[in-house]
Amino acid sequence: MANLLNNYLLPLIIIVLEILAIVVPLLVAVAYLTYFERKVLAAAQLRKGPNVVGPFGLLQPLADGLKLMMKETVIPSGANRVVFIAAPILTFTLSLIAWAVIPIQAGVVLADINVGILYLFAISSLGVYGIIMAGWSSNSKYAFLGALRSAAQMVSYEVSMGFVIVTVLLCAGSLNLSAIVNSQAGSYGLLNWYWLPLLPMFVVFFISVLAETNRSPFDLPEGESELVAGFFVEYSAMTFALFFLGEYGNMILMSAMTSILFLGGWLSPLPFAPFTWIPGFVWLFAKIAFVLFCFLWVRATFPRFRYDQLMRLGWKVFLPLSLGWLVLTAGVLTAIRTWSGTGG
Amino acid sequence: MIALAFWLFATLTVASAVMVISARNTVHSVLFLIFCFFNAAGLFVLLGAEFLAMILVVVYVGAVAVLFLFVVMMLDIDFTELRQGFLRYLPVGIVVGVVLCVEIVFVFKTWILNPDMATVAAAVTPPLDQISNTQALGSLIYTHYVYAFQASGLILLVAMIGAIMLTHRARVGVRKQTISTQVARKREDAVTVVKVPTGEGI
Repeated sequence: MANLLNNYLLPLIIIVLEILAIVVPLLVAVAYLTYFERKVLAAAQLRKGPNVVGPFGLLQPLADGLKLMMKETVIPSGANRVVFIAAPILTFTLSLIAWAVIPIQAGVVLADINVGILYLFAISSLGVYGIIMAGWSSNSKYAFLGALRSAAQMVSYEVSMGFVIVTVLLCAGSLNLSAIVNSQAGSYGLLNWYWLPLLPMFVVFFISVLAETNRSPFDLPEGESELVAGFFVEYSAMTFALFFLGEYGNMILMSAMTSILFLGGWLSPLPFAPFTWIPGFVWLFAKIAFVLFCFLWVRATFPRFRYDQLMRLGWKVFLPLSLGWLVLTAGVLTAIRTWSGTGG
Repeated sequence: MIALAFWLFATLTVASAVMVISARNTVHSVLFLIFCFFNAAGLFVLLGAEFLAMILVVVYVGAVAVLFLFVVMMLDIDFTELRQGFLRYLPVGIVVGVVLCVEIVFVFKTWILNPDMATVAAAVTPPLDQISNTQALGSLIYTHYVYAFQASGLILLVAMIGAIMLTHRARVGVRKQTISTQVARKREDAVTVVKVPTGEGI
């Protein structure tokens, strides 16, 4: 009995506690991201934004969440019930499980696996299933068209995202996320991070992330002017809330991925005394918040892309550019290794 | 713990594989296929082949199965019509299945591994306790077997060009947007400022 307790029960409890330590702050962050988005958009449009519920409108996300929970879940009679319910659950779960490999600080990570970045890429490529399943099972033409658009869009931009990730991997020499962050450390602080030497790839990655998370200006799957609300047109109450949480969770996840790959993760931008005293997770959160602000900034600035322009940008601009830059990076790295003779 | 995980993944893999061929709805079958891939990736992780597991998810689940699902959803399949011919073709199907099964048994009965295989191979398998399996695969594929790898890449390229050639049709009379001409347009090409005397027009 004691054996069972020590071998199975105790590790299980510890793992569950660790998972909760990540998931609960994440859900709070998702709730306040909606508040942040409304405030930023309001500021961009010279409005006030939510300011009635609680001080500065800070309780608005809670009020919204409560409203969604109290509503009735309507399942269309023509819908495929199991798939219809499974789709939002899948979207939400995928946006949570990816956080297992994100290093929050040096050594602080739930699962420090060898192929961390591939795991992240795999999970983000699964995100399309939630959307396809929702679109198909709703048995509605608007939802289906939204799902088809989204599937084509996400698969297209995944290709160039993959090449960008490979470029970073070549520079870091590892698939482990902590190793990628550590390889960006140096005496020049933020000038050592990969955004500067790989600047075109950073831009390609950021734009691909916008397309991958179906954010404006690539929010065609839910283009409300032609598709009502896109793939989740038939969803209501909690099923809709799960889609919403999943989408915003994915935004935070992709911002974290951008921060780790290009903005030095938990590293301090200025690598000397007063700044290195600040714990690493503060820097990581600041970087995530900055990338999220850029997401919202783009949303407030740019109109939606036309579908053929979206495809053109993905296949005819980003794919050749990232492929060419990959070859160039590999060539430069080999040249440095050959001439310096260090084998690094 | 590992044994528990193995039985979980193995049972789910086999069960979902059975559901792939027995589900009535084709979309459900594809979803079960995806679930099957996913559990197979879990089995790879248990074997210590984490790179293969992730690539299985990225390539097969993330890309191939999406396109597959895409096609299956777009098809308008009439299930009653599909089932009509079932009994008529059943005897032929059974005969083909038995022949294939016997052939596979023969092949495996006569299969002998070359005893000198370790000396014939161009490269030894890297010691997996010293380097990660990503590095091991990389050095095997891109250093020791690079020509075989390039040749297989070329074969896939030929297949892709063939598929495009078969389905591509050049349509005439389509007005496509050419971004370069739009960007290259200058103010002088598009706008002329005309001084119009009052009351006379152009």
